[in-house]
Amino acid sequence: MSGGFEAIRPPGRLQGLRTWWTMLKISLEERLVYRGDFVLGTLMRFLPIVTQVFLWTAVFSATNRGDIAGYSRNDIVAYYLLTMLTRAFSSMPGLATSIARSVRDGSVKKFLIQPVDYVSFLLAARVAHKLVYYAVAVVPFGAVFLLCRGYFPPPPPDATTIAAFLLSLALSFLLGFFMEATLGMLGFWFMEVSSIVFGYMLVQYLLSGHMFPIDLLAGVPTGLAGVSLADVVHWLPFEYTAYFSAAVWLGKVQGTQLAWSLGIEAAWVVVMAVACRVAWRRGTRRYSAFGG
Amino acid sequence: MHNTDPNAAAAVADPVIEVEGLAKEYRVFDKPEGLAASVRALFHRTSRAVEAVKGVDLVVGRGEFVALLGPNGAGKTTLLKLLSGIITPTRGTARVLGHVPWERADDFRRRFALVMGQRNQLWWDLPAAESFRLHQEIYRIDPARFEKTRNALVDMLDVRRLILQPVRELSLGERMKLELVAALLHEPEVLFLDEPTIGLDVVAQHTIHEFLRDVQRRRRMTVVLTTHYMKDVAALCERVVVITRGDVLYDGSLAEIVDRFTTHKIVTLDFDEAPERALIERFGFPCEFRGPQVVLRIDRSRIADVLPEVLAAAGIRDVSVEDVPLEEIVAELFRSDTRAHAAAEAGS
Repeated sequence: MSGGFEAIRPPGRLQGLRTWWTMLKISLEERLVYRGDFVLGTLMRFLPIVTQVFLWTAVFSATNRGDIAGYSRNDIVAYYLLTMLTRAFSSMPGLATSIARSVRDGSVKKFLIQPVDYVSFLLAARVAHKLVYYAVAVVPFGAVFLLCRGYFPPPPPDATTIAAFLLSLALSFLLGFFMEATLGMLGFWFMEVSSIVFGYMLVQYLLSGHMFPIDLLAGVPTGLAGVSLADVVHWLPFEYTAYFSAAVWLGKVQGTQLAWSLGIEAAWVVVMAVACRVAWRRGTRRYSAFGG
Repeated sequence: MHNTDPNAAAAVADPVIEVEGLAKEYRVFDKPEGLAASVRALFHRTSRAVEAVKGVDLVVGRGEFVALLGPNGAGKTTLLKLLSGIITPTRGTARVLGHVPWERADDFRRRFALVMGQRNQLWWDLPAAESFRLHQEIYRIDPARFEKTRNALVDMLDVRRLILQPVRELSLGERMKLELVAALLHEPEVLFLDEPTIGLDVVAQHTIHEFLRDVQRRRRMTVVLTTHYMKDVAALCERVVVITRGDVLYDGSLAEIVDRFTTHKIVTLDFDEAPERALIERFGFPCEFRGPQVVLRIDRSRIADVLPEVLAAAGIRDVSVEDVPLEEIVAELFRSDTRAHAAAEAGS
């Protein structure tokens, strides 16, 4: 036998974790190459929220009501700021399209040849992407939240709420990642996924709470007795990528309802992680049989 | 002209690659011409099967350096993709290092490498040293051993000063050298090379030849290479497998291919001044006049008889007798197969 064998260490218990750590570090370095682009991108994100605030100010002055679906004018501003924070965790710009591209241009082959798992690799790269983003974004985010602290309802949330909030953020990252990665894996079946991604973004925009608080849908009937559109949306994964964490911080979801919702979110993370894995397996099988 | 010996498996000691009846069929969709036809194709697509590799048998022993030759579209790259497990075959079996490649077991993937001349495996925006580090992790290479192997490889190719520079800033030749280092860090037992010298200048080609020959001998690595450059073959491979239209046309030593498929030698005569044509043409061999130089193609069977006579011609300053260039032999081999195929088609 040649030297190949001796060079290989028996897999330690922590080997997988160490490989992942190395992938993370290298992805971090790669992201830092584009730090200038990041700074600009981060600042641009604050623009849409300004229009949202103007729009809602107009709505409130037109209706002459103190609150809409349980949100005062101040609550709405706080809500939009919080969804922006949630989306900093859950949104995965370019993930689906880059997976589809790697299938189309053949660079995915590398992950068939080398003893490395593509999904873990993508996850490491995305964590790195986010960490660099937070490092850049912490200053403008901090400044905006400090300036807008007056919009937040006076009693600060208790420790349980804060813990639930942080947990929901972490889960929203995983949920966003696995949903978009699964979408990207469709690239094994379709040459171009950008229109699918566009459709997903549209549904996501409407049902995640990015456009308006889901509470507004509580009055929309579905045709089933006693079931509103909001009730249906609570069982879908979308609102956990924007609305949910904001609602937790604002105290809109509490007690058993909070525990239930966290459970639903965690369940969706598992479902999408499995879906992503299955799509990868089937996709590579198809790729091997038809393309290559 | 089928030259594959069915008992070849028994003949090869310590077989590392064993392929039997391996075939790969692709389904291609015909894209019709014209707008109306394109609209119809939206509802009804016509497809046909294209057999890229049809029933290849091949056994490669440990430490062999094999060249896969064939015209474009002959199925060379498809065969390499099958052997490295990127694609699954339509039928047939293959074992590489005892593994079925397309099962993609990690144990198998840690023991081979594939380098494609037209594809990057290094991280584009980072220095190669970072990609090497990642390879150390994913291939689980012992740190001390990694250091030693990496240093040896970068010194052999004289690229140590390049490993801290972002890959995108490097030239094609420099990138290829670093790709090879990356692929060899885990000391693969089997190496597949798909046109590794494509687009490289003569100096870089030469460096890579020396490097590959050296590493292959030292490690007793099994290497299968596809190429269009006969220089690669002449410098590296003792065994040549010629593939045309998905089938093995010839499998044997490089020396034998020259021996079997050349009918004549090339004799170059240098005169003091341009000779009279009739003087040379009387021998009756095809000849080419280049001023004071004449190139003759003389039948191998007759060279011993004819040469003294030729040399007796007045005013010869220098003479050389050479084999037909490898390029020409292989091109002739491809062409004769195409002719035989056309004849068979016409006959049937």
